[in-house]
Amino acid sequence: MAQNTDFEVRSLDALCVNESELEHRWYHQLKYLVVGILFGIVFVKTEIISWFRIQEMFRLQSFHMYGVIGSAVIVGALSVFLIKRLNIKTIYGEAITFHPKTFNKGLIYGGLLFGLGWAVTGACPGPLFAQIGSGFSVVLVTLLSAIAGTWVYGYFRERLPH
Amino acid sequence: MAGPLIGLTVPTLLIIGNKSFGISSSLRHICAICMPANIHFFKYDWRKEIWNLFFVAGIFIGGMIAAFLLTNPLQITVHPSLVQVLSNYGIVDYHYLMPKEIFSWGELLTLRGFLIMVVGGFMIGFGTRYAGGCTSGHAIMGLSTLQWPSLVATLCFMVGGFIMANVILPFILSL
Repeated sequence: MAQNTDFEVRSLDALCVNESELEHRWYHQLKYLVVGILFGIVFVKTEIISWFRIQEMFRLQSFHMYGVIGSAVIVGALSVFLIKRLNIKTIYGEAITFHPKTFNKGLIYGGLLFGLGWAVTGACPGPLFAQIGSGFSVVLVTLLSAIAGTWVYGYFRERLPH
Repeated sequence: MAGPLIGLTVPTLLIIGNKSFGISSSLRHICAICMPANIHFFKYDWRKEIWNLFFVAGIFIGGMIAAFLLTNPLQITVHPSLVQVLSNYGIVDYHYLMPKEIFSWGELLTLRGFLIMVVGGFMIGFGTRYAGGCTSGHAIMGLSTLQWPSLVATLCFMVGGFIMANVILPFILSL
């Protein structure tokens, strides 16, 4: 069985580990929709989803994106530190868990490939959804192609170096 | 203000439901729902990860709200030397966040448009899953939790981006 190299999904295999033990009705998911909506508005209003801004970033003509990502990491790291330090629980009273990531070569190969895709489309996966919403319907094709890319990776996964 | 707001997504998702910030996995869930095809990688209970699809649906709606309800004139100001370079490739419209000259349905049928939108999209999907995360999962969530493998991934994202923007993209744009 292949080693777990996917860190966003809590388990690679058929059964999920470490998920919330609590069962919720479907409408509890709406809170994630709300967070997503706020996130999408920020994406558009601050031009993070702009192809032009991504070109500027990689041509070192503007530090807008570096500032955004850098300050996001600082705020994120500070929050994680406080959550651990103050032992903050979820709104349902569960302990918050973190998942360690382990190194594998896919981080390098996949990372380089994603970097190429990021700069050419001007989008990472999140901005794709916001670009479509903001009126660029053709980006739906890019999204479908990204889904196809994910599927093809899944298909060849066992044969790729990790 | 954008950076800190995005950074706050990390504790928000953790506190409202113990979720690790990460967007590209939504693509994997869509595969698992629509076409698992008996592939081991897509055989898991996607219902337990459904929050992620609500989240990206929200991003889509948020994009709509920002672009159509909260409009201010979206004339984007770009660095003069980039404007100069892009004009050589016929890109001169700065009324939208994306160049209309590339991102339109008609352009899909050109080699340039196909390479940018279709091949580019494929690299995003294949690459993020191979790396086990994207800008949100590695660069933001991974670095926020001080994980060195995420730093490696983030550096590789940047290297790939520099190569594309400075070496390969000028060639694609000239097609």
